[in-house]
Amino acid sequence: MSNVNPLADLTSSNLVIVAGKGGVGKTTVTAVLARAAADAGQRVLVIELDGKEALAELLPDLDVRSISAAESLEEYLVEHGFKRTARRLVSTGVIDVIGTAAPGIDDLVVLGKIKQLERSNEWDLILVDGPAAGHAIKFLTSASGLLDAVRSGPVHDQAKDVLELLRDPQRCGVLLVTLPEATPVNELIETLAALDERVGVRLASVVVNQVDLGDPLPDPDEIDFGRARVQIEDAIAAAAFRRAHLAVQAAELARLTTEVQLQQIHLSARPVAGLSGDDIETLAKQLVR
Amino acid sequence: MTPELGDVPGTTPNSFSGVVEGASVLVCCGSGGVGKTTTAAVIGLEAARRGRRVVVVTIDPARRLADALGLADGLTGEPQRVPVDDSSVGGELWAMMLDTPAMFERVVRANAPDAAQADRIVENRFYRNLAGALSGTQEYMASEALHELHGDERFDLVVVDTPPSRNALDFLEAPGVLTRFLEHKAFKLLMMPTRTGLRVLTVATQPILKAIGRVVGSDVLADAVAFFQAFAGMDVGFRQRAEAVTALLRADTTRFILVASPQRDTLTEAGWFANQLAGQGFSVHATVINRLHPRFGEGSVADAASRAATATERGKFELAAVWNNLAELRTIADAERAELAALLEQVADSTVVEVPLLPSDVHDVVALDVLAQHLFA
Repeated sequence: MSNVNPLADLTSSNLVIVAGKGGVGKTTVTAVLARAAADAGQRVLVIELDGKEALAELLPDLDVRSISAAESLEEYLVEHGFKRTARRLVSTGVIDVIGTAAPGIDDLVVLGKIKQLERSNEWDLILVDGPAAGHAIKFLTSASGLLDAVRSGPVHDQAKDVLELLRDPQRCGVLLVTLPEATPVNELIETLAALDERVGVRLASVVVNQVDLGDPLPDPDEIDFGRARVQIEDAIAAAAFRRAHLAVQAAELARLTTEVQLQQIHLSARPVAGLSGDDIETLAKQLVR
Repeated sequence: MTPELGDVPGTTPNSFSGVVEGASVLVCCGSGGVGKTTTAAVIGLEAARRGRRVVVVTIDPARRLADALGLADGLTGEPQRVPVDDSSVGGELWAMMLDTPAMFERVVRANAPDAAQADRIVENRFYRNLAGALSGTQEYMASEALHELHGDERFDLVVVDTPPSRNALDFLEAPGVLTRFLEHKAFKLLMMPTRTGLRVLTVATQPILKAIGRVVGSDVLADAVAFFQAFAGMDVGFRQRAEAVTALLRADTTRFILVASPQRDTLTEAGWFANQLAGQGFSVHATVINRLHPRFGEGSVADAASRAATATERGKFELAAVWNNLAELRTIADAERAELAALLEQVADSTVVEVPLLPSDVHDVVALDVLAQHLFA
């Protein structure tokens, strides 16, 4: 069920888009997977979408690129006969109007850019730290939406190519990240249903981040503390807290297993509030252990 | 909770209760996943218990929150009365979810000179895309909803949960987003007077539009042109409205509550939010740090760890596990505290409230009560 050769499943597609609600640790998971794949000898490219610089810091030795909608659209316009005016179109904000006239075109040009990179065959695995929150669905449905809205021309062709990429399990998969808590699990289930129905993309594993992998604790009321007197109450309260937390987690993981028939990868909760490159390395080792 | 500020909880204006008592609008901001919606709901519930007539507007509420509030059918775009157990003091709690397209249509209808023009706009495909997709539309409608509810006599406190955004300014600048869109150079391009002096334009008359049309499709572009034409003359009303909303955001009784949780990335974003607010002359009145691990006493990590080691030596493995657990939880609590330091310094002028991590998700009134006790301690 968990931690069964996670990399094999992951790297069966050239391109893996990591998606999940804000706060679940998408960026961490992207970094850990990239590190694990690179350690296994793969040529890995990491793509971040919203200009966060976090990944380059966490993976200083890997190929990390940032792709923005504005730049991709400009590039797209240059390639489609707007050579001289592209920059002006973007800087005057005509792009907003185009984006509104044909919603999803900003996402489509980003996916088009990713498709180009995937086609170059320079990398064994391209990992995309996907867009946040509910935006993942919008991002991934941009191609099918535009295919309907724009019946001919370069946008139509681009949408067709991107859709081909998304629907080819050899080339592309989506990996969803969640936490072992009720609300994130509910949201994962909803997102999965929507992706399945509306995109038809291969769903790779589910990564459950921040799992407490600690051993079950004994009931503190039944523990003989011997002669110790000081801090016993603290220890008892701490054990009760951890036990309650583990019980909730076990219930949510069980629910996830029942409702989602995908391989689960569990990443442990690190006892620090923020992660460094070293922590990513540790988590990556744990992943392939 | 913040001895460095010398707060006396309860009645001073600097206490969290004081911030809420003196407010007619509370704006909860912060990045996604920090418990912003839950915080807004808890504030609403407690304020209602204290006699306020409160409406909470949430952006994208988790289903369980509606359950926790006892709303079996979930939240809708209209305020719904939420049962509050103790209403002896005359307080009321109402809750609603932001319905962006419905709100946008109300704003359009309020500004259109006649129903026919309003219909032309709301039926336009470009408008429907705009209502659903223009970045900032959700923020804009949240601020519109805030203005509308503020003027609604049923309520004396509006608590608004801002859309998850990396940019605090998205919400603050939201009121002007449509007027800016309409004042856009692109708009002028589309509306450029023709030789005959008419502000009418067909795609064919503009080479650049023709070119854009070749990329995105000419019917798509025709919708855009029709939209801008239908909107002509309405920008004045929109601008006035935007000014009124901005004035409300800047009013003394509008207060900003920054919500964060003790992870490094969310704290960085919270610090960034606080900076942006300050840069625009807004101050953070209260800072809520959600989901802090409890520390379990003042003892050291080393102390708990050495007891675990002793127990292990004596073969008492269960006892060792219990002491190890205490050491681990204290390590986490100390690490979180260290991560928090920079933000707490930055928001030292605001009232800081710390809310501990509960063992389970907040999904019932009991849990909301526990949170309320911590917030309003």
